[in-house]
Amino acid sequence: MAFIPPKETYPGRVYSVSIGTGQKEITVGGENVLPFHSFEGAFSNRPLIAYEIHDVPPSDWPESVQKPYLDVCANPVSWAKYCQDILNAKAIALRLIGTHPDRENRSSEDAAKTVKEVIDSIDIPLIILGSNHTEKDSSVLIAAAEASKDRNCIIGKAQEANYKTIAAAAIANNHKLIAMSELDINLSKQLNILITQMGFDKEKIIIDPMCSALGYGLEYTYSVMERIRLAGLAQNDPTMQQPILGDVGMYVWKVKETIADEKDVPLWGNTEERGIAWEAVTAVSMLIAGAEILVMRHPKAIEAVEKMIDELM
Amino acid sequence: MLIIGEKLSIIAKRVREAMMKKDKKPIQDIAISQWKAGAGMIDANIGPAEDNGEELMEWMVTTIQEVVKLPVCLDTTNYKAIEAGLKIHNNEWGRPLINSTSNDPERFAMLELAAKYNSQIIGLTVGKGGLPADAEERAAIAAEIMARAAEYGVPLEDLYLDPLVLQISTSQDHALKVIQAVKMFQELNDPPMKTVVGLSNISNGCPKELRPILNNHYLSLLAYEGLTAAIADPHDVAPTVKTIDVIMGKTLYAHSYLEM
Repeated sequence: MAFIPPKETYPGRVYSVSIGTGQKEITVGGENVLPFHSFEGAFSNRPLIAYEIHDVPPSDWPESVQKPYLDVCANPVSWAKYCQDILNAKAIALRLIGTHPDRENRSSEDAAKTVKEVIDSIDIPLIILGSNHTEKDSSVLIAAAEASKDRNCIIGKAQEANYKTIAAAAIANNHKLIAMSELDINLSKQLNILITQMGFDKEKIIIDPMCSALGYGLEYTYSVMERIRLAGLAQNDPTMQQPILGDVGMYVWKVKETIADEKDVPLWGNTEERGIAWEAVTAVSMLIAGAEILVMRHPKAIEAVEKMIDELM
Repeated sequence: MLIIGEKLSIIAKRVREAMMKKDKKPIQDIAISQWKAGAGMIDANIGPAEDNGEELMEWMVTTIQEVVKLPVCLDTTNYKAIEAGLKIHNNEWGRPLINSTSNDPERFAMLELAAKYNSQIIGLTVGKGGLPADAEERAAIAAEIMARAAEYGVPLEDLYLDPLVLQISTSQDHALKVIQAVKMFQELNDPPMKTVVGLSNISNGCPKELRPILNNHYLSLLAYEGLTAAIADPHDVAPTVKTIDVIMGKTLYAHSYLEM
């Protein structure tokens, strides 16, 4: 008798979430199986990788990841168009880091203007991220949400301290919302409940359980993501069935393994190759753990992860 | 755990009057209220219903399913009334449950109906000879009902074994015996047999203020032994059921878990 591999089936399903508009609209989620387990059920929507760009020049990025963008990164519009038109990006993640009070401290109005210019110059979906300053993000993201009204973006990140204003802005302007908690599955569920209790559609939330880089707590992120996915699929928990976002680039391109020069640590090999590998490995781990959307920086790392997705789909 | 809402019972005056007058409003209000409180099925207890049983059960099932998307637990000893209910039950929201068969040959016909209409069924572990003395006797009767179900073509996963909860005020020793029986029933098959209790009977005859306390604590102990379903008032037991699900790891904890 032929061997029949056992199949795991689950009562739950991840919500399908569409972002963007028109022909470039993209749907993520929708699966009723663990990541890439297409032999057990439906895993039809491809995970999405968004190219991260900033509203101000990325002076804090290591040289090897600044390099691909040197000619365009002075202007967020040319940066976004470069990602879309030359690098064939499927989505852009615009981080308004320049609004942070410890950075350029740009105003909400300036941020909104940047958002408007960027969204008018591209037709692929846009993710709009604040600077992770909970107070400043409240006002910045309201302005950003209005500036991108009805373009079906993802805005975030809403956290326990500021979710009310940001969720209200997402409702008013028809956007999806990132709900972020700090590596704690119970708080992640709680935040989703609080947001839905405001009248926000639970199927328009994206979960960010907080990312981390290989060697710097990746196993915690991995475990939380995996448990969120299992709660959604196996326990059929409607508060844990949202797609998951992994904000990979910002955690990877600040650890010493992606920065240290080959001259200082010759045994570690080429700095740029090492950084690319570090970002790609971290990203792939997130996908295997259950993430549907990744925010990444280096084109070659993205290329490597896209290739792996091709092979696994 | 599955809560089967018990409030639509002919024993309640308001329900009885509505049934007699065929007044849909009170029946539907109670059905909706139980659904919102967490019931996964609605019990329709029309009593022995010797006259007009068929018509009454039909009316009850239709009236309930017009407003709540849940299956109905058909609760009567009248065989024809059960069949009438099964015929018009809307299975889109889950399969019905017959309440009940037992080891009394007069009740075997209910198994025939379960097989014919692809319904689930409760097997009350009593025979013709009166109440079971202990958990072992309950398990022995359960095994006989299981054999009978197999004979009639009812799959064992469609059979819910009911150990028969007795009043704590008159039969205190049975409270623990029923808990033991819930555990033993599951061991009678692999996968484990499903179990159900008529929860509120534990506090029947007790002062009103004691009843929720007895019901909820008793439910916790039964749930720990693996009880599958309880016929109960969802308003009374929902917080306990949700809390047990969290403690037993079936639901992920969050501060607002009771509000979900």
